[in-house]
Amino acid sequence: MIAIPSRHKSLTLLAGVVVAQVLLLAMQIKRERQVRLIRVWAVELISPLQRIASWTIHGAQHGWGGYIGLRTAQKENDAMRAELDRLKVRNAELEGRALEADRLAALLNFRNAYSEVPMLAAHVIGASPDSGSMVVNIDRGSRDGIRRDMGVITPDGVVGKILAVYPDISQVLLMSDKDSGVGALLQDTRTQGPVKGTGAPLLSLDYISNDEKVAVGEAVLTSGQDRIFPKDLPVGKVVDFVADPKSPFMKIRIRPAAHLERLEEVLVLQTRQEMNLKKSPDAETTPVASPAAQKAPVAPAPPAKKPTDAH
Amino acid sequence: MERTEVYIGPEPHIEVHKYYAGVVPVAVMLSLVLQAFFPVYIRSANFLELPLLVTLYFALSKRNPSSGLVLGMVVGLLQDSLSRTPLGLYGIAKTLVGYLGSSLGARIDVEHPIARFLLTAAFYLFHHAVFTLTTRALLAQRNENYITVPILIASLVNATIAMGLFPLLDRFRKPS
Repeated sequence: MIAIPSRHKSLTLLAGVVVAQVLLLAMQIKRERQVRLIRVWAVELISPLQRIASWTIHGAQHGWGGYIGLRTAQKENDAMRAELDRLKVRNAELEGRALEADRLAALLNFRNAYSEVPMLAAHVIGASPDSGSMVVNIDRGSRDGIRRDMGVITPDGVVGKILAVYPDISQVLLMSDKDSGVGALLQDTRTQGPVKGTGAPLLSLDYISNDEKVAVGEAVLTSGQDRIFPKDLPVGKVVDFVADPKSPFMKIRIRPAAHLERLEEVLVLQTRQEMNLKKSPDAETTPVASPAAQKAPVAPAPPAKKPTDAH
Repeated sequence: MERTEVYIGPEPHIEVHKYYAGVVPVAVMLSLVLQAFFPVYIRSANFLELPLLVTLYFALSKRNPSSGLVLGMVVGLLQDSLSRTPLGLYGIAKTLVGYLGSSLGARIDVEHPIARFLLTAAFYLFHHAVFTLTTRALLAQRNENYITVPILIASLVNATIAMGLFPLLDRFRKPS
């Protein structure tokens, strides 16, 4: 036991006696609201400790909860990221399907508008690996009634013709191929000439005399003379034309009406029956095909016009 | 290693007085009774602090801090018991007076009348200051002042009384 010097003993005793009497006083004295002072002291002494303990426990609980929450949130975050990725893929798939549905709806409308014309819808399933030739493959073949040289179109216009037929697929030679050609005519003047592929996005309308009036933007339609496409199908529009002084014919460049660079669904014409294009719901095709829309030749075209397309 | 004896207690030249049995309790009881009795008949007796004088006298004479503070505590608590003050107010004040008086008595000569007069007046003021401090701190009462002219007068009056009381109590000392 620790020995306390006598001088300190008396001091200790003094402190003890004074503290005891202070406590005695505190037990008797009532402060506001008749609460004994000893209770006030006790509360004031204990409450900071309680606050500290409560704060510590709360902090620990909060920290632990936060840690657990973070771990859970991390898992949830990962799961949600995976779900988001899956939904993105799903969304892209649905958007693709919606676009496809729109295209098919347009195709169906076109098909219904010309229900008397036998035609077969087909999907473009591939392209020729030869970069020099403009050929695509469709998922219809001889078993579906496809024959060589049948015309291929979209609601926008002429696409090309069947180049080769296999039992289940066929090859389509696009109009833009150098070996491709379509009998065509200018809508306004009804001047006929073959539209040929150039191996580039734009086509060429040949054998149009320098004396003919040609307008930029003028529609070019099928003439029906090639015995592949019916008459008055849209082929494209004049982009520019140049009168060649060394030749009696103009050089006319045509932008295809069909989007040859992004074909997905096409229609294969199983006949060369002439189509009444007045029925077409497509605004682009209606004025083109309407006989009433066929105008008399206009003023002679300028000898040369600056190309609007650099292709 | 050489050992050194350390003396702890009153200065060797200061005499520690002892009293006959019963002197201290009787003196304490008498002081309390008279303290309660005089003000009934004499209004100015409110200045008297006989229990304080008795406590201070025995503390200075016995020169033992422990016994001095215990005596002060007992006298103070008894005074509290007889008054309307909460138990401990006088107790704390007289405990400190008993302790300090004993400590002081062990170091200086407190037998001289002038020393006794000055010490009594000083301890009266100290006692009142502690009482006021305790009252203010614990009872939240602000009507008590630490020092006023009446308090100073009271201290002098009590010191004067002590000049007669202390020699009277000296008669009850055991011969050394």
